[in-house]
Amino acid sequence: MFQLDEEQRLILQSVREIVHKEIRPRATDLDETGQFPWETVRILAENDILNGLLPRRYGGPEVSFFTFSMIIEEISKGSASSALLLITQAEGMLPIALGANESLKEKYLSRLAGASRVLTGMGGTNPSLHLSPVSSGIRADLLGEKYLLNGKRCFIRNGSIADFLVLYVYTAPSEEGKGVIAFVVEKGNPGLVLRRDENRMGMRGSIYSEMDLENLEVPGENRIDSEGEGFLNMMKTLSLGRLFTAAQAVGLAKGAMDEAISYARRRIQFGKPISHHGQIQLMIADMATGIESARLLTYQTAMLFDQGEWKKAETVSAMAKLMASDTAMKAATDAVQIMGGYGYMKDYPVERMMRDAKLIQIDSGTNQMMKLIIGREFTGIS
Amino acid sequence: MFDPISLIPTEALRAFRDKIHRVAREKIGPQASRVDEKEFFNREAESLLWDHGLLTLTFPKKYGGYGKGRAVALCIGVEEIAKYCASSSLLLIIQAVGSFPIIHGGSNRIKQKYLPQMSQGRKLVAYLVTEPTAGSDVASIQTTAVRDGNHFILNGSKCFATSGGVAGIYSVLAKTSERKNGCSFFLVERESEGLSIGRTERKLGQRGSNTTEVFLENVKVPAENLLGREGEGFLIAMKDFDMSRPAIAAQALGIAEGALETIVQFISEKNTSEKPVADHPAIQAVLADSAVLIEAGRGLTYRAALLNDKGKDNTKLASMAKCFASDAAMKITTDLLDVFQILNEYGFLKDSQLERMFRDAKLTQIFEGTNQIQRLVIARQVLKESMG
Repeated sequence: MFQLDEEQRLILQSVREIVHKEIRPRATDLDETGQFPWETVRILAENDILNGLLPRRYGGPEVSFFTFSMIIEEISKGSASSALLLITQAEGMLPIALGANESLKEKYLSRLAGASRVLTGMGGTNPSLHLSPVSSGIRADLLGEKYLLNGKRCFIRNGSIADFLVLYVYTAPSEEGKGVIAFVVEKGNPGLVLRRDENRMGMRGSIYSEMDLENLEVPGENRIDSEGEGFLNMMKTLSLGRLFTAAQAVGLAKGAMDEAISYARRRIQFGKPISHHGQIQLMIADMATGIESARLLTYQTAMLFDQGEWKKAETVSAMAKLMASDTAMKAATDAVQIMGGYGYMKDYPVERMMRDAKLIQIDSGTNQMMKLIIGREFTGIS
Repeated sequence: MFDPISLIPTEALRAFRDKIHRVAREKIGPQASRVDEKEFFNREAESLLWDHGLLTLTFPKKYGGYGKGRAVALCIGVEEIAKYCASSSLLLIIQAVGSFPIIHGGSNRIKQKYLPQMSQGRKLVAYLVTEPTAGSDVASIQTTAVRDGNHFILNGSKCFATSGGVAGIYSVLAKTSERKNGCSFFLVERESEGLSIGRTERKLGQRGSNTTEVFLENVKVPAENLLGREGEGFLIAMKDFDMSRPAIAAQALGIAEGALETIVQFISEKNTSEKPVADHPAIQAVLADSAVLIEAGRGLTYRAALLNDKGKDNTKLASMAKCFASDAAMKITTDLLDVFQILNEYGFLKDSQLERMFRDAKLTQIFEGTNQIQRLVIARQVLKESMG
């Protein structure tokens, strides 16, 4: 059903090698120290992986959403937090690629070209419906040629280290969805105030910054969309984010299952490897089935995006994210279970995967929100 | 908020619960985060547990035990403390589990010698059963005890020993014959020559509990330290489970209740008439599911403990309680974490009691028999019953 062409095979093979040599060996340390993986950024950049979706005309490889999802999945098998590097780059780049005028594209997208280690990210909103930070009041006021942005407490991946960020803000908080506009904000803008980088139980080795926008001045030309298109741009970026997160979840789940199976084959109890025991096989069967379904749904979502079926993809991406991250949570929890006392110890990677999986369930919109998105679509109630 | 009053059989036990709840909330809870973060064994909490008789609950009454209703009392103690600090509640469990072979297998002389040392001398006990190659499959232990006149010589390596590095006394399971299940328990003192403590494990959760390797190299113990008859080790271990599994269920229950209470409090603080977050369907769904599981888990847990106190066979219910309550605790703590994110309180993903509880809960599915072993036990019991 999903035939890979020669190019995709080659890309994935080289990603696998990098994961094996560079990413998996660093995963434990990354988790322990919580340091940002600059070295991984360099390796991914030099291998043309970091900005896989970047259009060719700006110097990128412009792989399909399908290929990009498979790359994320592959990296996530070794380290879910390293896969986040790609997701975050894509989320910073996409709003510009999807909506900006030519001069803005030229200005920012070309900075990501080649082996560039320029970091980006996206912030200012997530689709938590009536409870989003949008309604907590990130707003923009036009002041002559400039915009003045103000808002409290946004959580931005790569926030404190990104060279430029895309921020979605509301010009009219009362009119839901109508007044969304997106801006590119550069590093060092004094209005972008870092409160702190969050300490998290999982997905350590990535940066989530809590930031305030305090009279942040943005030149008018850094506004990405023309009037009224901001909301559409945001919805596209958010639903693509769900696809990437789903791919990340599938990878984590597969990584956890691989660990559990390899342990179950080695671990002898009751005179045979525990992989021979029915209880263990039941758990592995659930994992394998979950992963297979989640992967298919994820690939289908990617295909819909590749075919430009944005409307369909919006709902299906929510399903993929929900299904894949629930699968990852269960697979990682069960992997710890299969490995018993050993799984609970820091010496093995599955306890980290369990903490990482929890973060995936709530990232890019919690799974409850995914259900509301899906439920609203199917009931026709908004 | 969650009053299990109808399940606690006596007024005295209810008063006991209220007292322990206060201690846990006021004295133990405030230290839980620090203990988790710094991964240290909390001596202060240990003292408090001794002060309130919580580390001798299952002892005979004259040695500081609770007396009638001890299995229920153990569950109450564990549950109340686990609401605030799972690591501290684990100490009650391991103390009961480790002393079980001494109380139920030791001669009068042994009991007279060691139980006062433990209760008055405040000695912790560890249960040395698990080995690197013998987890669920207890019968495959490699540690041996060989008779040498009036002594036994013990050799072997134990791992994942809770309180391994802080205990004064050990109940050690060792092979005394090559026959199937030919194992026996021995009481070994910490000071014994040849006993050494290996590395301290770093864990996902319950990080305030002390988990170590313990090595036995030609450790010589008097023959009277054999607990129970030779070859009775397996049987004692199984009986121990009948008491300990409801206690694990109580720990899981406590963790789940603590998690729900944390979130309910959080929601109440955020809930305003302007922004009625408590009415959010996603939040209502997780709250409702969690509350249902807790209520059902409590029923199983206390029924299993009550049967144990009445001296009736509770093997099936003990396994059911352990399996159900721990699966419930894992699900509840996993799902409740979402509430922070629904409310856009990202920061709570590290700096909250709930995040710790999520990590703590996982252990309850694993120790004292993984939930896969529990399912085997339950299935066998169900078949046995139906076949009459």
